[in-house]
Amino acid sequence: MSSQLFAPGHTACSGCGMPIAIKLILEGSGKDIIVVSPTGCLEVTTTRYPTSAWGVPWIHSLFENAAAVASGIERALKVLNRDANVIVIAGDGATVDIGIGALSGMFERGDNVTYICYDNEAYMNTGVQRCSSTPYGASTTTSPVGKLSFGEDRPKKDLPAIAVAHGVPYVATASIGYPKDVIRKIKRAKEIVGPKYIHILTPCPTGWRFDENKTIEIAKLAVETGLFPIYEIEGGTLIKVKKIKNRKPVEEYLRLQGRYRHILKGFKDQLEIIQEIADKNAEKFGLDG
Amino acid sequence: MNKAKRNDIRLIPGGITRPKTTITNKTGFWRTFIPIFNEERCNKCGICDIFCPENCIIINEEGYRHPNYDFCKGCGICAEECPKDAIKMILESKEG
Ligand SMILES: Cc1ncc(C[n+]2csc(CCOP(=O)(O)OP(=O)(O)O)c2C)c(N)n1
Ligand code: SF4
Ligand code: SF4
Ligand code: SF4
Ligand SMILES: [Mg+2]
Repeated sequence: MSSQLFAPGHTACSGCGMPIAIKLILEGSGKDIIVVSPTGCLEVTTTRYPTSAWGVPWIHSLFENAAAVASGIERALKVLNRDANVIVIAGDGATVDIGIGALSGMFERGDNVTYICYDNEAYMNTGVQRCSSTPYGASTTTSPVGKLSFGEDRPKKDLPAIAVAHGVPYVATASIGYPKDVIRKIKRAKEIVGPKYIHILTPCPTGWRFDENKTIEIAKLAVETGLFPIYEIEGGTLIKVKKIKNRKPVEEYLRLQGRYRHILKGFKDQLEIIQEIADKNAEKFGLDG
Repeated sequence: MNKAKRNDIRLIPGGITRPKTTITNKTGFWRTFIPIFNEERCNKCGICDIFCPENCIIINEEGYRHPNYDFCKGCGICAEECPKDAIKMILESKEG
């Protein structure tokens, strides 16, 4: 399934999960789209001036205003009476931190835009700084493990829940470990008028510190441990959840990643807390079964 | 600013580039390990293709997949995910 809409020659790190998500998104969306991306790894690695990997119209916003730029394009298309799906593809830092105000406005106005966050759980492009999507216990350059620190000390911000609270008609999470599921959700979003929010986990070998061939295994383990539940919410109702048979202990996920190495080497309390996060997810979404 | 000058302001389009022009950047030189695809073991499932981050796996006339080595970075995801164990990663010897 090589995408005709995305060229090789981009400069994402070897084994990066993000371009895999891009291929799947383009497979689901088709060619009649306009993509908006804020600053981040995606923008930097796919649009090194004067080249572009994109085979669809693509525009760079600022780091903080992708949703507002998308809203503007959507209005312009309406005025011009032209048809195209407007899709934002943005990093987690751009989405959960600096762009959340513009995104909230886009949700609140009910603009017909699909906003997709590719989540690599930190500011990767600038050198692995923590953001509010960084999970509890992960070591980053601004939440480093040390004598007085076990890494990130706050839980991951639940942006899908914030989208649901805005009354967004379609909210979904996904992982590149399950490609058919990602494509199906992009296609479903196309059928719904109004704002759509899709949050896709895209493991980052450089920032998470794992072997570059383990990207898909890790994308699956995040789901199989319950740490990254995948589900769909339509009109505020949970309509679909990926069930997990024999949920795996969180160690199996943490063990493969350098950002968590310290947790398994003596931070017992934190390990328990991470397992509790997975257990609570399982309870909340009914993952087990 | 007076009125005449304000009317002179034009929207500057910024940097505009041509589509799919990254193909001038041959990322294959990043590679340390090279994936070798064994057609005899392959069942043509396409999993390698779905997951290749470089979008560089192509299908030949017989329906078998092989990477375009101009772009393959040698990540090894294809070899790791292939259900038939049809892909081997080999340390690449380079000249020059
Ligand atoms: C207003 C502003 N502040 C800071 C930056 C620097 N900056 C560029 S990309 C980036 C991090 C992007 O993180 P994320 O959105 O998670 O994308 P990733 O690089 O992780 O894919 C930062 C801090 C900027 N470009 N603009
Ligand atoms: S830093 Fe991470 S997200 Fe960014 S290009 Fe490299 S692997 Fe991909
Ligand atoms: S994943 Fe393996 S078996 Fe499937 S098409 Fe690729 S090489 Fe063939
Ligand atoms: S090694 Fe990586 S880049 Fe090369 S063909 Fe396999 S998946 Fe693609
Ligand atoms: Mg990020």
